[in-house]
Amino acid sequence: MSTSTTLEEPKTGTWDGGNEPLKASYGKLMMWFFLLSDAFTFGAFLIVYGLSRHSHLPYTGRPEDFQFSTEWWPIPEKVFNAFPGFHGVDLPLAFVALMTMILILSSVTMVLAVEAGHRMDKNDVQKWLLWTILFGGTFLGCQAWEWTHFITGTDEGMLLADGTRVFGANMTMNQYGPPLFANLFFFITGFHGFHVTIGWVLLVIAFISTVNGVYHKRGHYEMVEKIGLYWHFVDLVWVFVFTFFYLI
Amino acid sequence: MSSTDISLNKDVHHAHDEHDHHHDQNFFEKYIFSQDHKVIAKQFLFAGIFWGFIGGFLSIIFRLQLGWPEATFTFLEPIMGNWIVNGKIDPEFYLALVTMHGTIMVFFVLTAGLSGTFSNFLIPLQIGARDMASGFMNMLSFWVFFLASVIMFWSLFIETGPAGGGWTVYPPLSALPQAISGSGLGMTLWLISMALFIVSQLLGGVNYITTVINLRTRGMSMTKLPLTIWSFFLTAILGLLSFPVLLSAALLLIFDRSFGTSFFLSDIYIAGEALSNTGGSAILFQHLFWFLGHPEVYIVILPTFGIVSEVIATNARKPIFGYRAMIGSMLGIAVLSFVVWAHHMFVTGMNPFLGSVFMFLTLIIAVPSAVKVFNWIATLWRGNIRFTTAMMFAVAFVSLFISGGLTGIILGNSALDIQLHDTYFVIAHFHLVMGAAAFFGMFCGIYHWFPKMFGRMMDEKLGAVHFWLTFLSAYLVFMPMHYIGIAGFPRRYYSWTGFDAFNTFTDLNSFISIAAILGFSAQLIFLFNFVYSIFKGRRATANPWHSNTLEWTTPVNPGHGNWPGEIPAVYRWPYDYSKPGAPEDYIPQNVPFSQTQSSNLPYERDLE
Repeated sequence: MSTSTTLEEPKTGTWDGGNEPLKASYGKLMMWFFLLSDAFTFGAFLIVYGLSRHSHLPYTGRPEDFQFSTEWWPIPEKVFNAFPGFHGVDLPLAFVALMTMILILSSVTMVLAVEAGHRMDKNDVQKWLLWTILFGGTFLGCQAWEWTHFITGTDEGMLLADGTRVFGANMTMNQYGPPLFANLFFFITGFHGFHVTIGWVLLVIAFISTVNGVYHKRGHYEMVEKIGLYWHFVDLVWVFVFTFFYLI
Repeated sequence: MSSTDISLNKDVHHAHDEHDHHHDQNFFEKYIFSQDHKVIAKQFLFAGIFWGFIGGFLSIIFRLQLGWPEATFTFLEPIMGNWIVNGKIDPEFYLALVTMHGTIMVFFVLTAGLSGTFSNFLIPLQIGARDMASGFMNMLSFWVFFLASVIMFWSLFIETGPAGGGWTVYPPLSALPQAISGSGLGMTLWLISMALFIVSQLLGGVNYITTVINLRTRGMSMTKLPLTIWSFFLTAILGLLSFPVLLSAALLLIFDRSFGTSFFLSDIYIAGEALSNTGGSAILFQHLFWFLGHPEVYIVILPTFGIVSEVIATNARKPIFGYRAMIGSMLGIAVLSFVVWAHHMFVTGMNPFLGSVFMFLTLIIAVPSAVKVFNWIATLWRGNIRFTTAMMFAVAFVSLFISGGLTGIILGNSALDIQLHDTYFVIAHFHLVMGAAAFFGMFCGIYHWFPKMFGRMMDEKLGAVHFWLTFLSAYLVFMPMHYIGIAGFPRRYYSWTGFDAFNTFTDLNSFISIAAILGFSAQLIFLFNFVYSIFKGRRATANPWHSNTLEWTTPVNPGHGNWPGEIPAVYRWPYDYSKPGAPEDYIPQNVPFSQTQSSNLPYERDLE
């Protein structure tokens, strides 16, 4: 009893309650858990990709002799070798490399926006958010071009057994390989693009709020930080999508 | 910065409680689009009870068919419309009935109705928080669920009928509208509804997890949490990691159905026509589905583990036996639940070696499950038991969990599964271990926390009648099913009268159906008791069960913000029941050790 005055207080360790044990606000924690969940969604898609691809035959001949055929899974360099303005030139993976660079650059500018938010520097936040919006938008534009080219197809197309030719791709048929090749391409890059679009819309909203001084009045730029987490996640997913579709 | 956030929030809530709350909110803000976790919990509860009756009613209709296959049910024509032709249930409608029964019970009642109710209601109250981390997202979670409910309910009434491919919606059956009418519009609505349902689960889940991590009151360490909170916490994590995979599967299936892709389809010849789909794999869907589907059964049963532990300890007036072992076993079950999914697929042509790996992992689950059962029994052992209705449901839960769990060990065996797969033995197993048991846990929770939810008590006599009828009929329904299952009768069959081998089971099937009707009728007693007690029940005291947890330190009808004054701090674990030397047989969590010197144990003296 003698010491009770000091020990009336409950314990105050990291996990003893009354604090934020992970040193993160509830909003940031929620974003982290959402991203964890979303990672499982993408993970499932990439597993579907891996298993579907595994159940198809690979092309075993010499790369120079490669022809599109539904018999085997295509070599990515032979599919993704176009570049806007360089019609007919074989530039394997050049365009997608550019897209990836742009998306990674947008991540860099996002980091700078978050950092500016920590300094409560409204002008810098605006500047870097605008750059991120610009790069993000460019990436989406590039993806639109990539899809258009993929759908329209090449001049040669694929020669079928009955002598006709197939050009481009849709959900049931494509000139590059088995139907699942195009199915998965549309679905997974589309699902990723959908995520980028959502992130882009969030960025625009955050930009408008920043310009209006909403966050400055609130006293912190945590919203920018949360959108930043999402944006980095979407970039990270692209790295995996890129690896699966274009590199392997 | 983070700590200022917290105090900011507190200030906001204080202000909210003290002045503008009571006269500022109109009816819609208070009861419809409420952000108060208690109101949202009740919304989930009402929706869950509504769905429970729908799901139960559907099962009664197909039990009529199974119990009396030769009979005609002309009396059902007024409610069933074209699904009953000349008194005979349409066979495709039968498939839709079992599909919707499964979907509704597993997802809408025992996931949303159970977790949605008790996680929402108890997490803030028991950890000592004003509300969920984000009240708005919590509200959104309910309304997205509501939208999913509306779509699923609507699908019951469309002309081609609701989804009919089984609750597991395996393609190719579910992917091809020309296969059965239940794969038409009904299936599309099923997929849309489930996609929304998953969104609702995610919104709820991130909230539960974050709230438990960030909003515990001072002194409420992870090892002072009531077991209910641990179980809701782990349930939310399971949901967060497994539902997105079902979302993936559902989205791919939507594309296969509506946009001509071939993810799950290959080499199909149907109705005299060869489909162009090639290259996909139907087994792949099963893997994706069961990666959710298996954790899902623990999403259903884990919350009731927590509820039952809490109710048993309170009403046996004893500390829960093996508190840390209880947490450890729940953690073990949660981890294992992710690595056993293929035991649902032993007969899909899986590599037998892989089957033995999954069998091994599956059987390991028996260990933590047995730890829990042992601890519940040990808690009851020589306890000063009060047989409240909630307590009877809790004890019966343990009984059902044992009966159903034992057959799990049989089914988990990949060799025995060749005989038992997709028979009524499986039906009996999972209905006892996660169906009836989870319902008992849910009833247990409703009877126990009703006073906190509505400020009134439920009638104990009606509760006892409800309990005994439900308990007896649960066993009467599911025990005989084991025999039919061992004999090889397959699930989802409209009628077995075409097979001589099964004719001897006609009486047994009629018996099961009678018991099922009895059990369903008994729920009307519950419904009456529930509704009547909300308005006319005996008024509750603040702590009617003499319980230790924090929710009983709030006023009888807690307002928005839960505690009128400061949130109580926590000094001890929640299971100080019948502590030797204490004047009362319970010491609430918010009582410091300095006030309980007569009962402090030697190591607790330091805390005085």
